[in-house]
Amino acid sequence: MTQNVDAIVVGGGIHGCSTTLHLCLAGLKPVLIEKDYAGRHASGVNAGGVRQLARHIPEIPLSIRSMGIWEKIKDLLDDDCSFESYGQVLVAENEEELAVCRARVAELNALGFTHEELIDGAELRRLVPAVADTCPGGVVSRRDGAANPAQTTTAFRRKAQQLGATVREGVAATNIRYSDGLWYVDVGTETFAAPVLVNAAGAWAGKIAAALGEPVPVETVAPMLMITSRVPHFIDPVVILRGRKLSFKQFSNGTVLIGGGHLATPYQDRNETVLDWKSLAVSARTVFELFPIMRDATIMRAWAGIEAKMKDDIPVFGPSSRHKGLYHQFGFSLHGFQLGPGAGAVMAELIVNGGTQTRIGDLGIDRFHPTTL
Amino acid sequence: MTVAPKREDYDVVVIGAGPAGLAAAATSAEAGLSTLLLDENIGPGGQVFRAIASTPVTERNQLGEDYWVGADLVESLRASNAEVIHRATVWSLDRNLDIAVSIGGASAFVKAKRVILATGALERPFPIPGWTLPGVMTAGAAQTMLKSSALVPDGRTVIAGQGPLLWLLAAQILRLGGRIDRILDTTERGNYFAALPHAFAFLTSPYFAKGLSMMREVKAKVQVVSGVTELAASGDGQLASVSYVAGGKRETIAADLLLLHQGVVPNVNLAMSAGVEHRWDELQLCWSPVLDASGNSSVTGIAIAGDGAGIGGANAAVVRGRIAARAAVEALAPPAAAKLKPMATLRAELAKAERGRVFLDTLFRPAPQFRIPSGDTIVCRCEEVTAKDVLDSVAIGATGPNQLKAYRRTGMGPCQGRLCGLTVTELMAQARGKTPQEIGYYRLRAPVKPITLAELAAVPKSEADIKAVVRG
Repeated sequence: MTQNVDAIVVGGGIHGCSTTLHLCLAGLKPVLIEKDYAGRHASGVNAGGVRQLARHIPEIPLSIRSMGIWEKIKDLLDDDCSFESYGQVLVAENEEELAVCRARVAELNALGFTHEELIDGAELRRLVPAVADTCPGGVVSRRDGAANPAQTTTAFRRKAQQLGATVREGVAATNIRYSDGLWYVDVGTETFAAPVLVNAAGAWAGKIAAALGEPVPVETVAPMLMITSRVPHFIDPVVILRGRKLSFKQFSNGTVLIGGGHLATPYQDRNETVLDWKSLAVSARTVFELFPIMRDATIMRAWAGIEAKMKDDIPVFGPSSRHKGLYHQFGFSLHGFQLGPGAGAVMAELIVNGGTQTRIGDLGIDRFHPTTL
Repeated sequence: MTVAPKREDYDVVVIGAGPAGLAAAATSAEAGLSTLLLDENIGPGGQVFRAIASTPVTERNQLGEDYWVGADLVESLRASNAEVIHRATVWSLDRNLDIAVSIGGASAFVKAKRVILATGALERPFPIPGWTLPGVMTAGAAQTMLKSSALVPDGRTVIAGQGPLLWLLAAQILRLGGRIDRILDTTERGNYFAALPHAFAFLTSPYFAKGLSMMREVKAKVQVVSGVTELAASGDGQLASVSYVAGGKRETIAADLLLLHQGVVPNVNLAMSAGVEHRWDELQLCWSPVLDASGNSSVTGIAIAGDGAGIGGANAAVVRGRIAARAAVEALAPPAAAKLKPMATLRAELAKAERGRVFLDTLFRPAPQFRIPSGDTIVCRCEEVTAKDVLDSVAIGATGPNQLKAYRRTGMGPCQGRLCGLTVTELMAQARGKTPQEIGYYRLRAPVKPITLAELAAVPKSEADIKAVVRG
């Protein structure tokens, strides 16, 4: 028997969960379909960075919209998501890197964005006392911070369900088809039908888009992270480097998360990744050099989440260029977590109102396919 | 002295030098395969033959004849060409058979054509009220001290639990002049009836006569309370007393040391982190790897032998080690297999060694109240999470052990779930009305044992890095 709903959201990452919740808030009855469980992949196991800093310009408006939601996340979800806001700092390790930072901040200012702020060596050491003396400065985005990714994604799923969303976990969405103004999706023995279909399937979204005639240049990647034992508190903001692949965050319990985008080998069909310890050793060496206090810390665990990375490193976000009622929300290319809350709100506006005040024009799938709709 | 592996590639890498690992490495090396045996301890033997080459205990009957069987295994390993490295902690194994090992504070990477995991067993968690108090320890930890240093308890000592190892430990403590005030036997009365149909196999197994005489020996010297249905340790920052209920009567006794034991379960962490499929064993109440008759796992090239393949005891472990090694030889150097014992003979030996196992598993199947705690009893020691905390998280949507991490950080501490994993699975299964198989287990991650950041930072750079430097 086919169940009619207002929208079908495929993918229970933070994006699918956020869009489902915002559709509920707009008075719709959506169904959320997740083949594993909400937050099983990248959304639940990423570094948890809530970052406007160092973003591609086309996604900055969406990031700023999202930041406003993050700052009131507890009001939205009845869960603080362990969100904290001590800023994010981009460290320049030498004068050349600092010059790049200076040019970047000037460029943003010219475009009217003021969230990134150039800092000198003194302010850098005030914010990050443990950083090596040789670093001449950097950039700070003071409202940025971090949250617990699994807790956050789970909280979006839970709140959406409380507001009336139907959630199906552990069963894949199959046989996606369009007929007489409705999208149909099989979910195990059930079939759902709705005028709206949102493709938020993360690493699996490229296949869905391609099957619907909108192939895009996307690959599956698995960025690695590792976490240390508890060390005495020494740093508040999230730190990222300008020149090398490193992100660095100490949690309130003392553990330190080390990331930065070194990649594991994904085995997408098995939900597995194989870590590359020689690359993780590069991250370890960088931390060893920059933060002497970390040298005796112990590595407790390393892992990688499976996600989609676009060739141009910016997401596919907005209506399909071929099909009525189809919306894409994927390809966040290692930086989608912070965007989740805002992207869900904007996606709900696109679906319900047919438009949004938030500037997202450069993110559409039509950058790969001239509109044929 | 730090000894790094001599080569980067081996035909066979065996992990763990207990009964299974010793037998596997010797068999593989005898057949001419390049063989590396990596073991975490300072000498060969694993748990059951711990300190076999170095124990200060010289009077053979004190540790029992079964212990000294280990010496022969060590002898045949030494006669072979296997490369053996002790104090070597394997901290990563993946499905490409890439192995990361820490030796003397430095890490090395080796690759194998075949990996035989012989990582043995761990003691089952025994989460009773007060089990985290200083003064409460596992019987296995006590036995480690006894074998490697001849240390035995001299304060007021209570041993609680069940299973063959509990009686063996009690006998060993008494023979070495240690003190035991009382033994609290938690074997469920109903288990005796349930085990009865399997008794014939057990009567004809080598364990029967030995087990019986050991129990008699202990019972002659120590007060044994059977049918214990409740157990709690208490004290203010240190164990002071043990209270228990037997036959409906509660009693509290003063104690300085409480040794807990309710059997052993496969040590699955390394195998699971490599992606080996495991299934819930409803009789042994633990996760066991899915293996074929030669010990091959779901990951091509990884075989598992010994108690890590499912609890079978030391005799079975030795044979399983030989079977897994023979299978590796058949795959990598078929002609060399001819000089090894035929597979059919080994399988017959295994069947014999496993006789009586179902009886033991049924008799010593731990009671639910000692596996699935309630209220304020700690489940996860690393993060101090109680049974009630777990149930509260289930109530607001945590569906399995991996989801629970987001709510409570269970299993994310240094032990990587070794002390809470089974408890969490069974507790959540009971709360959600599902089977443990449906609830699942933690996804385990390397490093399976922690390594320091400095050690990781010091690993040799990859060839690509070195080339970049040379070019640059």
